[in-house]
Amino acid sequence: MSDVQLRLTGVGREVRLPDGGLLPILTDVDLTVAAGEHVSIVGRSGSGKSTLLNVLGLLDSPTSGEYLLDGQDTGRLRGRRRARLRGECFGFVFQQFNLLPRRTAAENVAAPLLYARGREFLTRGRTARDVLDRVGLGDRADQVPERLSGGEQQRVAIARALVRRPRVVLADEPTGALDVDTGRAVMALLAEATAERGAALVTITHDLSVAALADRQLRLDVGRLTPMTVAETVAATS
Amino acid sequence: MTGVLGVLAEAWGEVRVHRVRVVLSLVGVFLAVFAMTAVTGLGLIVAQVQQEQAERYQGRAATISVSGFDPATGLPPSPDAWDAASQELLDRYGVTEYATVGYGSALLRLPAGTQEVQTTDVSPSYGDLHRIEPIAGRWFTDRDRESLSPALVVNEFVLDQMGGGPFTGPRSIVLGGPRPVTATVVGVLENDGGEYPQVYRIDRSVLEAATAPRDPYLFGPDQLELWVPAAQADDVVAAVSSDLPLLLPGGIQVQAYRMDSPGLAGSLDTLRLAVRGAGGVVLLLGGLGVFNVGMMAVRQRVREIGIRRSFGATSGRVFSAIMLESVVATLLAGVAAVALAVLVVANLPIEEWFNNGVPIADEPGFPVQAAVEGLVAAAGVGALAGLLPAVLAVRVKVIDAIRF
Repeated sequence: MSDVQLRLTGVGREVRLPDGGLLPILTDVDLTVAAGEHVSIVGRSGSGKSTLLNVLGLLDSPTSGEYLLDGQDTGRLRGRRRARLRGECFGFVFQQFNLLPRRTAAENVAAPLLYARGREFLTRGRTARDVLDRVGLGDRADQVPERLSGGEQQRVAIARALVRRPRVVLADEPTGALDVDTGRAVMALLAEATAERGAALVTITHDLSVAALADRQLRLDVGRLTPMTVAETVAATS
Repeated sequence: MTGVLGVLAEAWGEVRVHRVRVVLSLVGVFLAVFAMTAVTGLGLIVAQVQQEQAERYQGRAATISVSGFDPATGLPPSPDAWDAASQELLDRYGVTEYATVGYGSALLRLPAGTQEVQTTDVSPSYGDLHRIEPIAGRWFTDRDRESLSPALVVNEFVLDQMGGGPFTGPRSIVLGGPRPVTATVVGVLENDGGEYPQVYRIDRSVLEAATAPRDPYLFGPDQLELWVPAAQADDVVAAVSSDLPLLLPGGIQVQAYRMDSPGLAGSLDTLRLAVRGAGGVVLLLGGLGVFNVGMMAVRQRVREIGIRRSFGATSGRVFSAIMLESVVATLLAGVAAVALAVLVVANLPIEEWFNNGVPIADEPGFPVQAAVEGLVAAAGVGALAGLLPAVLAVRVKVIDAIRF
């Protein structure tokens, strides 16, 4: 956990309302995430968690502040370069899995490699199966998502997030659609597989027990990011 | 390189996964390309049939008919003088493709009685110039001129009158007249347009006087037919009209004119254009079907597009994939349609339908141009139909798409 990979300084995100007014979603957010670090962000619905994750993953742009990725100012990135960087640096795990319907697990995991180049692109089928093996789904590689359980689908999603060896995995409520036991197992797998590859993991959740698995816990409340109090952390871990 | 492969792989994957939707949307394109290609191919073959039919009567493009007569008496020049002058003219202008034709009559002694029929007395090269293809036996050769038995080529009607069943080899027939002679039927032609006798006779044979004497007042003078490049037809007519009278004994007037129809090619081109136009309209309608389904599909795939953007898909890549998906699909439909068109056209009894069963002399293979045009049209329709859905896909907001 040495090099800082993500650094947000005074980041804000506002959206324009139909009446012309501005609604702040994120306000003055400061955040640093180091290589290999596991950070969790806890917050209620509507607190701006998903917006923060979208900003981190270059799916959205802040309206104020600065976002440095590996020291590079992402505010200057446009179009193709931004998309490439997103594909190379980030892996996403979504609450509703967001697997491509009617594609097998292997095809889903290989899908991000369609946007890779050279050897990475050409060997995508084999790579996808290797990663599926790693998440314990080697024998389910040819099943379509509709025939997999929720836990299995999320494991496929984790494999897909890891297949391009991203530097940061962004997980948005990864256990939100799973029962408690399956959620715990999936979260353990996510943390383990991410750490194994040296990638940072940013988890957004409203579940304190999931947040407790992280190295550092933060709270997002009405768009403002603050460290969790000791009491909250103790309560979560206990 | 892998970028292009990636777009293709993605497009192919989409076509494969959504094959039912794709197949349904492509029915229109398939039918349109099939119709367009088949009709274009068929049109070319039918045009060839029409051309050959016209050439049987009028000669190939361009055939110049040349004849001479004395305006005072109406009689043709003497055969020797005509032959010598004709040969001089052919040598002078280096014309190598030509035929001679004259008309006469013969008394055929048939089982049912003697029948007088009109004969067309021709040189062996007449068969090439008029695309005459016997259905049994053969056409005349130069050796027939040396035969003691004048060679004949008759149609099926005459063969039936002669009796003796199907034609299996040269068959004799007596030609009546002052000095009857036994002629040999060497070939049989399909009845062309009706039940009437048709007899071709070799223009020269050792036994010249075998038939009833020719009446130049009744049948007109012998004609020389010259086969020349179409572009030179007018020049040849002018040269023959001016030179030949000078080579003949005084007072002979020469008539030279183009026999084949110069407008035929233009008419056939117009026909082909009309057929292609109709095919184009059908294709456009098929394209509308693909477009409709493409638009619906993009709306249904908003989330998927958002997910792909999270993988790092650029807007250009999303655009190309949706566009190529449409092109790949219509191209596949095009390949299938062209293949079916080739198969159907190759197996249609075109000779029976359009040429009275007469074999086509120069049957064209399936026109490659029609096949290529079909494929290009299919790809073009795919690109057009994919354009708007692709633009729509690019405009999808990633964040909204993922939550969709």
